[in-house]
Amino acid sequence: MKFSYLKNVVTLRLDQSKCNGCGRCTEVCPQQVFAIKNKVSYIIDRDACLECSACAKNCPQEAIYVRQGVGCAYAVLMDKLNIKGKCCGDACGCSLDNIPDS
Amino acid sequence: MSTESKKLPMAGDQQDPECCSTKDITVEYTDPVNANWVTGSLETKAGLIYRVATTLDRQDLLGSVKARWGIGRMNYTVTPGLYAIGDPDLLSPVLVSANYKLSFDYLRRELGGLNLWILVLDTKGINVWCAAGKGSFGTAELIRMINQSRLEKLVSHRTLILPQLAAPGVSAHRVRKEIGYKVVYGPVRAADIPSFLNEGNKADQAMRHPSFNLIDRLTLTTVELTALFKPIAILTIFLFLLNLASMSFKSESASLVSLLEHTFSDLAPFIIAALIGTILVPALLPYIPGRALAWKGWVLGVIWVFVYTTVFAVPSGWLQTTAYFLTLPIIPAFLGMNYTGSTTYTSLSGVVKEMNYALPLIIVSAGLGLTALIGAYFI
Repeated sequence: MKFSYLKNVVTLRLDQSKCNGCGRCTEVCPQQVFAIKNKVSYIIDRDACLECSACAKNCPQEAIYVRQGVGCAYAVLMDKLNIKGKCCGDACGCSLDNIPDS
Repeated sequence: MSTESKKLPMAGDQQDPECCSTKDITVEYTDPVNANWVTGSLETKAGLIYRVATTLDRQDLLGSVKARWGIGRMNYTVTPGLYAIGDPDLLSPVLVSANYKLSFDYLRRELGGLNLWILVLDTKGINVWCAAGKGSFGTAELIRMINQSRLEKLVSHRTLILPQLAAPGVSAHRVRKEIGYKVVYGPVRAADIPSFLNEGNKADQAMRHPSFNLIDRLTLTTVELTALFKPIAILTIFLFLLNLASMSFKSESASLVSLLEHTFSDLAPFIIAALIGTILVPALLPYIPGRALAWKGWVLGVIWVFVYTTVFAVPSGWLQTTAYFLTLPIIPAFLGMNYTGSTTYTSLSGVVKEMNYALPLIIVSAGLGLTALIGAYFI
C-alpha cells in the first residue's frame, strides 16, 4: 500500500537537461518518485516525495534539487520553541537545521 | 559487558560539522569483547575482529523491550568498527550498518549461515534512516570508518553494501571519487539481504520500498505511550483541583474518596482520547479520510466525543458538551500531527504546511475549551 500525504508541497526539482539517464535516482528513492524513459529521468509521482534527498545526494550529474528535511512535526515544534537539545537527545535524533519561514 | 572495559579511541572524534543533532552528543564506547553477542574473534591483517552471533539471546530481547519502552533508548549502542559473520575472507561482501543496537540486532539475525564483514559506523546510537537524514550516517563518517578500520587489508574488492535508507546521507559517487570504494545500495529490510546477495547484489522494487503495514505503524506506540505519562499526571492534578474548587464553590461537603472518584471519571475521556491518538490513529491510518495527520486524529476525536456524549450520556449540560468537543478531539489531532515523525511517507514541507494550519486551530480550541470546561464546574 502506498500512502499519500499532502499534495503540491514538496521542493523537489529535476533538471532533465543535466540528466544522463544513469538511473541512480530510481534506485535510491524509497518512494518510486522517478522513472527512466528514453534515457532521461522523469518525476512520475511527485507527491510521494519525502524530501529525504537520497536522489539529490546520489545524482552524479547534480541534476536534482530538493530541500532536505525530516517530516517530523515534533522536531519542527521543538525547533520553533527553540528547544534544540530536547529533540536532539530525546526522541529520534532528528532535529532540523533549515525550517522554512512560513 | 566487561567491567574493566577500556575506552576505544573512536568516541567523539571528527564529527560532521553540518549535523546539529549529533554534534553535542559524545557516546563513550567500550571494547565489546565480553558482549553477549560476540561469539569469538578472528586474527586478521586489520587486527583482531570479533565474530558476531546471528541469533538473538534473552539479553538482546530484553534490551529490545527496554528500548521500545524508552528505557536507555539513547544509549543502546554497538561499538563502531569491523565485525565478522561466519568465516569471511578476502572476497566476502562488506555490509555497512548504524550503531543503534536494535538496527544491528535486526541485521545480524538475518545473516545466519553467511560469511561476511559488517562495518558499523558511529551514528551515535541512531538508526539508519534518521542518522542518514541528519548526516551522521554520511559520506564523511563512512570514509572515516573505512580508513580507521583498515578495510583495505581485509578484502581484495572495493565494494560496500549500504542499506538503501542510508542514501539520504551518503553520496555514492563522492565515496568512489574520494577513496575508490563503490557503494551499492542494498534492500531496505535486513531480511532481504540473503536474497539480495544471491541475486548478485540486485534489489527488486519491493526491496526498495519501506513497508508501513499495521505492525510497522504500531512499532513506536510503546515509546509514544511513555510520553503520555507526564501530561496525564498534570491533567489529573488540574482536574482534582478543579473538582475541589467546584465543591467548595458550591458549598458541597465532599470526602476525599468522592473527590477522587470525580477526578478520575472526569479524567477518563481524556485518557481515552490520548489512547485514540497513540494507538487508533496509527492503526487506522489508511482508512481515516483526509491527508493531514492532525485532521485524521481530529476526526477520530470527534467520533469519540459523539460516542462519549451520546452512548455514555455523560455531560450534564451544553457547556460541558461544548467543552468536550473543543478539548477532546484536539488531543488525537495533536498526537496525529506528532505521528508524522514515525511515518515513512511525510515530507518536511508537508509537515510544516500541516502545522501552520493545525497548530493555531488546536491552540484556539484548547483555550476556548478549557474556559468552557472550567466554567462548567461552577454553574
